[in-house]
Formats: sequence, structure tokens, C-alpha cells
Amino acid sequence: MKFLRQQLDKLAPLFEKGGKYEGLYHLYEAVDTIHFTPGEVTKGPSHVRDALDLKRMMFTVVIALIPCALFAMYNTGLQIHASMAQGAPMLDSWQSALYAALGLGFDPNNVLANILHGLCYFLPVYAIGMAVGGFFEVLFACIRKHDVTEGFLVSGLLFPLILPPTIPLWQVAAGIAFGIVLGKEVFGGVGMNILNPALTARAFLFFAYPAQISGDVWRAVEPTQLADGMSGATWLAKAAAEHGALEKASWMDSFIGLIPGSMGETSVLCCLIGAAILIFTKVGSWRTMLGVTIGTFVMAALLNAVGSETNPMFAVPFEWHIVLGGWAFGTVFMATDPVSSAFTEKGKYLYGLGIGVMVVLVRVVNPAYPEGMMLAILFMNMFAPLIDHFFVQANIKRRKARYVTA
Amino acid sequence: MLEHYLSLAAKAIFVENMALAFFLGMCSFLAVSKKVSTAIGLGFAVIFVLTLCVPINQLVINNLLKEGALAWISPDFATVDLSFLSLLAQIGTIAALVQLVEMTLDRYFPALYNALGVFLPLIAVNCAILGTSLFMEQRDYTFGEASVFGFSSGIGWMLAVVALAAIREKMRYSNVPPGLRGLGITFIVTGLMALGFLAFSGIQL
Repeated sequence: MKFLRQQLDKLAPLFEKGGKYEGLYHLYEAVDTIHFTPGEVTKGPSHVRDALDLKRMMFTVVIALIPCALFAMYNTGLQIHASMAQGAPMLDSWQSALYAALGLGFDPNNVLANILHGLCYFLPVYAIGMAVGGFFEVLFACIRKHDVTEGFLVSGLLFPLILPPTIPLWQVAAGIAFGIVLGKEVFGGVGMNILNPALTARAFLFFAYPAQISGDVWRAVEPTQLADGMSGATWLAKAAAEHGALEKASWMDSFIGLIPGSMGETSVLCCLIGAAILIFTKVGSWRTMLGVTIGTFVMAALLNAVGSETNPMFAVPFEWHIVLGGWAFGTVFMATDPVSSAFTEKGKYLYGLGIGVMVVLVRVVNPAYPEGMMLAILFMNMFAPLIDHFFVQANIKRRKARYVTA
Repeated sequence: MLEHYLSLAAKAIFVENMALAFFLGMCSFLAVSKKVSTAIGLGFAVIFVLTLCVPINQLVINNLLKEGALAWISPDFATVDLSFLSLLAQIGTIAALVQLVEMTLDRYFPALYNALGVFLPLIAVNCAILGTSLFMEQRDYTFGEASVFGFSSGIGWMLAVVALAAIREKMRYSNVPPGLRGLGITFIVTGLMALGFLAFSGIQL
């Protein structure tokens, strides 16, 4: 560590004002502060001042995401191996070829093999996202003279976790470029954006290339080749297709996350661990999470009561809604994003409530998108400033009234 | 029946949002969305005009202009077809109603009247209004449907413009690149909002 510090200090004059690489100062600064806690705390108009630097705050989120990321690798490998154990051919991709070259076999019971096979899929997506996203982040930081912050590490890690493992890598690059540039940098960088950049990226891919991102995650596996319950579609897609499809699924498997889906969002258990870390460190708001839960519960109960002859999704109960798709992941890591969610404490309840209602509504009523979580959060991101506006106005009014009577 | 009206309303507000799905009424949408309070005022004006003009236009089209619509006067008119006048008639109704709104606001809400400024008379040429009216004609709505459709289209438009205004108020703290400030970033935000509203596309009601 000492050596690193010395090297960084030696380089510092080159990047400081008047130095040779003055234009690249923010790149240097980013490398420096990722290793050493800076002496300064976050300044600038978009944040409430605190003893905490924005970097440490964002890093907490990264730590909270680690269980999800690890499980993502395990489950990706597991799903591939399990479908192969059922007689499916090997996925025709260079990732699987790379893994096959390692010669670890395709046993679904071998934890290490599962993780390594998953890693072969997760790592390229992650690396491409970080490289392309990082390029734009640094480009904007150097030209517009703002710091590169760990907010980017969060977006960079969130993004691969909400993608299916078989997504083409060029789409990853296109998506993260859209998310970082149009979702964040045109507004001035971290803390000033309106929508969650990772979600913007995912929504962009979702609407631009729907074939690769929705529904059948394991495209190489033909459903006919497999026993029922192991076909490629996610449980949400199946529940939308036929009555009582969920009776064949195991709730506990869904809770732990041993089901097909986007890489990081299948495990409710890992999301709960992340939620505990976020709530304990007060980085994520429990108010938002509570709001989402209540909203989902009320809406699911309402639609269960209404019922429908033609649409089997009406009958999906609350406890299934929260273990399927990206519900848990979205609630814990996406909805609580401090930048794009509501700022006011009371507003957070309402904001969360809106997400909960929307997610059930989109899942049930919109047959085109069985996965509604990401869209619901994006939708409420749009209305978060409005919610804040009304709560702030109400506060001003109340204080004025107090002042008059006093 | 009620269910039918409800689904029509939901469709007009969310699925076929005039501003964010059809991008109608963009000029005032972009120009009068700097402050939430003004945007709310404009939103109400649009709702008011839409709620009145769409059903009125429905009556005018079905009782005066359509082929054979004049038969109620005398059987001699059964073959008269005035539907080539329908566009003119709809614009006329809208313009008259906007005048009415303008005079009412000027008399009773002068603050709002001043805040809306030139955009109030511009509602007369707001394409969201004419667009809604033309959709009504194209889809052959009944009088009841036309009323619901006009009102909820207005709600949808107001929702969009007020949300945009709140976002723009928040964006005062953003650090937008100089070349994009003002309308440029507003266009981008509008696009991103439309992306959010896509959540509803494909809903069959």
C-alpha cells in the first residue's frame, strides 16, 4: 500500500494544474481515491453534505451486491448444466467452448464447475460493460472536468446482473453506452441524473432488441427436448401462458434463486442479504422497500379478488410475485437508488407504493412484458421529482402556517 | 358499460398518451414545462378544452356533417354529405372554446392568465386537441365515449407535462453541457420519458 501511495504521489504533479497531463487529472484522481480514502467529502449542489464521501457510499452498494453477483455465476452455470443433464446439447457459444476447454465436466452437482461455467458468461458481460461504460465516463469526466465516481461501479455491476447470460456482447456495449451517456452524463454525471442509468440501459436494450432480452433465456435449448419444468422460459412467462403453471414450480427454489432468469436477479435470499447491508448502513431507504412491498401486496390481492377467466396472471398471489423475476433485486438495489428515487422521506413511501402497484399491473395486464419490475421503476423515476415537489410544497405551507401562529 | 368506459380512459391516459406515445402538442409541452405550477394551469386548460370540444365535435359531425346526418331536418337532405367540412368545423369549435377559456381565466384567474401568456391562445392550434378530436372521428366514438376519451386524453397530457415540469425543476441542480441546455436536454428527457411510458405499450384493454 505504501509503495502504491508513493507511486501515486510521484505521478501527481504530472496531472495537477500546469502538469503535462492536466487534461487527464480526473482519471488520475479516480485511480487515487479508489485506493485511498480522500481527505475531502463530497461538495457541489446535488448532495446534502455529510461526513461521508459519495465514493464510500456507492462502494457500500457494491459490497451489498456481491452475494447477488456470486450467486449469479453459480446459478448461470447450474441452469446450463441442469438443462444439459436433461439431454440438451451444449450451448453453441464461445463462452461454453471456453469452459469446455477447461475440462471440468458438466455436472450440475459440482458447485465449482457451476461457478466457473457461470463466470465464463458473467465476466465478459461485466468486462465489456465496465470497459465501454468506463470509457464514456472518463471521456466526459476529462472534458467536463468532473470526478469519476464509484457511482459508475454500481451501474457497471448492476447492469450485467439484470441481463440474461446469453446476451450478445455488442448489445451490452450499446446498452451501457446509451445508459451512461444519455441516462447520466448529459445531465452532468452522478447525482444529477433523472433515471437510473443501469435501468435506462436495460430498457433501451429491451425495446431495441426484444428477441435477445426477454423470455427465453436459454435460446439454444429447444423446449421440446426437455422435460417439463426445465424448458427455457422463465416462470413468469409460463405463469402468463397457462393456468396453474406455478403449481409445478417450487417456491423455495425461487426464493433461493435456482430458476432461469436474468443473471443476478433470481435469488431473493441474496437480495435480502444485500437489503440488510443497505438498510444497516442507511445507504438504501427501508421506506422505499416497504412502500414497494405494500404496493405489490395490495395490488396483487386486488387482482386476485377480481380474477379473470382468460388471463392466468390475475391469479398469481403476492408471495409468488415477490420471488419471481426481478422484483427483489429491483426493490433492493434499483428502487432505492438515492439519485433517481424520491428525496423526501414521506415521498419515498408514495414512490415505493407506485412501483409496487405498477409492477403487478404491468406483469398482469400487459401480455407483452411478463417482467414488469424494471419498467415500473423507470416509470416511477419519472414521477419522483413530482412527488418531491408536492411534499416540499406541503412542508413549506405547514411551516408558514406555524410561523404565522407563533 | 362502466368497465368499457374505464378501460377507454386508462387507454387514453397511459397506453395512448397524447404527449408521450403520439408526441402531439409538443410546442406547449416543451415550452410551458419550466414550472410545475404553470404546467398544472396549462394542464387544466387543456383538460377543460378537450372535455368540451371532443363531445361537441362528435355532435357536430354526427348530426350535421356526416352523410345523411341532416335527414332529421327533412328527408330531402338524406343524401347530403358535408363531411369534407369536418376538419374546418372541428378547428372552429376548438378556437371558439379556447376564446371562452381565455376570457374566463382573464376575468377570474389573472395570475394564471399572465403565467400562461401566449400559450393559452396557442391551445387553439395545439395539435393534442385537434389530434384527440380527429382520433374520435376516425374511431367513430359515441357521445359518451367521446366525452370520456376527451377528458382522459387531457388527463394523460397533463400528467406528462406536469411530470416533465417537475423533472425540469429538479434539473436546475444538474450540470448539463452548455450546448444542450434548455430545449436540447428537454428533448432528451422527453425521449427518456417516452421510454418509461413504453411500459404500457401493447396492453390490450
